[in-house]
Amino acid sequence: MAHTLTFREAVAEAIKEEMKRDPTVFVMGEDLGQFGGAFGATRGLLAEFGEERIRDTPISETAIVGFALGAAMGGMRPIAEIMRCDWMTICMDELVNQIAKMRYMSGGRPEIHLVVRTNTEGGIGLGPQHSQSFEAWFCHVPGLKVVMPTNAYDAKGLLKSAIRGRNPVIYMEPNSLLSMSASIPDEDYTVPIGKAEVKKEGKDVTIVAWGTMLAKSLNAAKTLASEGIDAEVIDLRTLRPMDTETIVNSVKKTGRLVVAHEANRTGGLGAEVAATVQELAFDSLDAPIKRVATPDAMIPANRRLEKYVLPQEDKVIEAVKSIV
Amino acid sequence: MTITKEKDKTTLSKDQLVEMYHQMVRIRNFEQALPEYFLKGYVVGTGHVSLGEEAVAVGAISALGPKDFVISTHRAHGHALARGSSMPIILAEVFCKATGCTGGKGGSMHIHDFDRYFFGTVGIVGGGITIAGGLGLAAKMQKSGQVSIGFFGDGASNRGTFHEAMNLASLWKVPTVYVCTNNQYAMTLPLCKNCANPDIATRAASYNMPGYSVDGTDLWAVYDAVKKAVDRARKGDGPSLVVANTYRLSPEHSLRVAAIAGTQYRPPGEVEQWWEARDPVKITRQKLIDTGALTEKSAAKIEADAKKEFEEAFQFAINSPEPEFSVAFEGMYAPEEGGK
Repeated sequence: MAHTLTFREAVAEAIKEEMKRDPTVFVMGEDLGQFGGAFGATRGLLAEFGEERIRDTPISETAIVGFALGAAMGGMRPIAEIMRCDWMTICMDELVNQIAKMRYMSGGRPEIHLVVRTNTEGGIGLGPQHSQSFEAWFCHVPGLKVVMPTNAYDAKGLLKSAIRGRNPVIYMEPNSLLSMSASIPDEDYTVPIGKAEVKKEGKDVTIVAWGTMLAKSLNAAKTLASEGIDAEVIDLRTLRPMDTETIVNSVKKTGRLVVAHEANRTGGLGAEVAATVQELAFDSLDAPIKRVATPDAMIPANRRLEKYVLPQEDKVIEAVKSIV
Repeated sequence: MTITKEKDKTTLSKDQLVEMYHQMVRIRNFEQALPEYFLKGYVVGTGHVSLGEEAVAVGAISALGPKDFVISTHRAHGHALARGSSMPIILAEVFCKATGCTGGKGGSMHIHDFDRYFFGTVGIVGGGITIAGGLGLAAKMQKSGQVSIGFFGDGASNRGTFHEAMNLASLWKVPTVYVCTNNQYAMTLPLCKNCANPDIATRAASYNMPGYSVDGTDLWAVYDAVKKAVDRARKGDGPSLVVANTYRLSPEHSLRVAAIAGTQYRPPGEVEQWWEARDPVKITRQKLIDTGALTEKSAAKIEADAKKEFEEAFQFAINSPEPEFSVAFEGMYAPEEGGK
């Protein structure tokens, strides 16, 4: 049996089920209690679990993440929410210098089992400080794992894997996908961290995408199909550790690669995918690798301008056509 | 909220006091030896010694139970020794040898001893303040009865982590004791140029928690204030801030800076004056002799034993192997197999 949930509901359901399953799991973050979270991740959970496990925090990103680390070291499994990815910058010391390195610099002893959830990417008119996506920053840091699901099924399964795991996971929720629905099995399931998914098979070109650009790439693939170009579309899902094998196998088949993400182009994770593929599958490439990304720009709030700056379906089509 | 200036009214027994003096002497020997070993190249990278802070480390840690969590700072040797960690293993870590507590991968700024709930030393100034609160939160949520203690310095008190952690710890009434070792300098900058309000303990009032300002060269005063804070935390009444005011008798902020710059930025005679009048080891020794807890002879034996212990630790560290290349990439992630 199955039921239908939106992305945001799937996140809430994963949290609820894990909190029921494991008394050490709890959430902490801004406005998670009565309000149920700015993006609905804890809606309805306060009544069930109480203030002790649904912890409202002051606007203190540094303390939220630092306390989560201490709590994890003390045996708990915290799920910390940093409302917007833009504000992950406020707790970068905790993420990069403390959380990522605590196990290594402690002789491999403690398990830092915690999740930091954050709402990422733009597309809904929130402007320059509420629309950014810093996945490349986190992926640059050994010791962290980074996931960005694109649908409700993966959202629930990946969050469960993150909560049950033994390492710190940055769990990124693309803003514009939260209302999208999917069928969710009634029984318990997880989606493994570290596995990409081929969403559509094809033989002419590989499109690797994550976040909002996945849906845009799938739409682009439909348009391309009508023009006789058969694109394979891969949802990267886990950004660190990256499923290099799935990407390389696909490129060996298609001989062409487009990488699409919403984050800025320079230093974006697309560059890492491109570099990896040319190292591992150079001889399979029949054309240069193309990147689709925000062209190193701030994200304007005006909806027309925002749509203009953020990469859309047409940019993916354009990139594919330039190499096929 | 009142700011308490603690006076001597300790309940410490003679045996406890003698043991505490022993710990102070161990720390003193260890720290005093390091500058020479840095210059000789044995200490890798750098190290931060805690001369002048022995009474704070020993006084505070003696007020803890064996399962209480400790979070320390870049200046951690004294805290680890006071917690009872193995001197040879700590020194081996300072020398970055395979036998050190992190196998030589952390060095002086990453001393840990999980068996003694010494949950780590954070090399980023002010980075541990939030972590200590989180450990307190874990203790509270699991009703384990544990207390956490978070050490930091006067310099760290100006980090945002201080404000955020104090506020959250107090809101949530976590069983955490914050111990600020005010050694008068944040790297090279004196307190008066660091803190708009140099009486750091008064800041506790902003967070609705008790603040204690004590003489950090006075073992009794430190112990009593921290004990009171620990008892309060364990009862479930929440965190406290203890500021132990002392002086950095160490040649410098770090062994590296000492080798490069000396004490040129400190007023002439200041270091000597503190050594003369406010050396916590000397003060403690005299007080214990005056009260009959120690004799010249028993004190001398403690000091000789401590020297011998350090010499043995040095031989262990210096003769320990270098880490194998294979460990360089170990410990970055926990294996996912066997997770919950």
